[in-house]
Amino acid sequence: MIPRNFIYFSPSSEKEALELLNEYKSDARILAGGMSLIPLMKMRLVSPSYLIDINKVESLSYIKEEKNRLRIGALTRYYEIEKSSTLKKLLPIMNEAATWVGDPQVRNMGTIGGSLSHADPSGDFGSVILALNGQIITSSLNGQRTIKADDFFVDSFTTALNANEMLKEIVIDLPEGMNGGAYVKLERKAGDFAIVAVAAQLSIDSKGNCNYAGIGLTSVGPTNLKAKKAESFLLGKQLNERTIDETAEIAASEARPIDDPLRGSAEYKRAMVKVLTKRALNLALKRARGV
Amino acid sequence: MFKMEKNTPIKPVETQQKQLYHIKVNINGVDYEHDVEARLLLVHYIRDVVGLTGTHIGCDTSNCGACTVIFNGKSVKSCTMFAVQANGAKILTIEGLSKNGELHPIQRAFWENHALQCGYCTPGFIMQAYWLLKENPNPKEEEIRKGISGNLCRCTGYQNIVKAIMQAAKELRSK
Repeated sequence: MIPRNFIYFSPSSEKEALELLNEYKSDARILAGGMSLIPLMKMRLVSPSYLIDINKVESLSYIKEEKNRLRIGALTRYYEIEKSSTLKKLLPIMNEAATWVGDPQVRNMGTIGGSLSHADPSGDFGSVILALNGQIITSSLNGQRTIKADDFFVDSFTTALNANEMLKEIVIDLPEGMNGGAYVKLERKAGDFAIVAVAAQLSIDSKGNCNYAGIGLTSVGPTNLKAKKAESFLLGKQLNERTIDETAEIAASEARPIDDPLRGSAEYKRAMVKVLTKRALNLALKRARGV
Repeated sequence: MFKMEKNTPIKPVETQQKQLYHIKVNINGVDYEHDVEARLLLVHYIRDVVGLTGTHIGCDTSNCGACTVIFNGKSVKSCTMFAVQANGAKILTIEGLSKNGELHPIQRAFWENHALQCGYCTPGFIMQAYWLLKENPNPKEEEIRKGISGNLCRCTGYQNIVKAIMQAAKELRSK
């Protein structure tokens, strides 16, 4: 399969990339890892006239701990996220989720910024960022904007990015106290998109009450979904079998799955949201308790 | 019907001139320079322009891994990259593995363990195994299975591929 032709740019700085983006706007696409964009171009579902390859802009690739925050550059590859010792120490849900993305070759190229900008509701990291209440920092010639992850995913393959903007980095407030997270995924075969996947992040106080609950759902809606009702239900409660079961039930009711001939009926997927939410919460709790 | 005289010569049609990009790539230690279209895929460049046909095209949708090459030290699927992205890159393909006419230990292990039947997927598997063993010289069986999860083989059932990579790992460690 051969894509339509395009004009190719390989800027060496972020500024240069933004200038090109500002000039060509929606006629241009940013090329990062290309693991979603290039297949779309080959199938001619997307045919940008201009391709702005940011792979040489190394300043966009980093994982930085900064006070109580973590900053991840848009060009950071899943390989780096999977191996990162900073993340293993601070937010191991990220390492875990990265192992579920595509396959090793895809992770060697694919970037976190690219996949969030692509906004596939079956993408794994949208759910992780939603569960962590992450923020997306965008940049354009007009300056930067900070967008809450929940406002970033507008619809399937549609984000809050303007045509002259690109995703610059992801910022996450680091969890405090006893905390743990888990990404649990159900897939037909290794490396496939999720049938359903759930990201869960918990913090508990010394009495075992929940003081942070983040739940993100993959492949069961027009975007990655934040199970807000389930999160607020759990907040302040003791974490036990009953509350976890109820939380999972609420998360399942918040899912908006559709029937699909490849990965199952809406009913099945909704049932799986409950099962996987339970598993993710139990695992997150176990990790928070350090057992 | 058109009125046509016999032997009407066919005339070339004026077309828009193609925009070409000059790229320099090092493949298996050899420098290549070519002018290519932006949309030329890396795998087509390697096979059709450079002429190294050991890298195969399987699914052409980044599922099967037959086109795996080592790109600046990392394994990638060359069907899902443009040749222009390889400007200035160092690439290793299956043709670059053997030295002085001797098979690379991974190649020999595939041979000795009957890790292939039709062989179509083999170059991709060997290049992925090459990267995997650089990353993790002493992998457990499960790590090998995860490491080759981006490569499909429809003949062997993977058992002998895993065995071959185990053997190659052992041999490479003893070197």
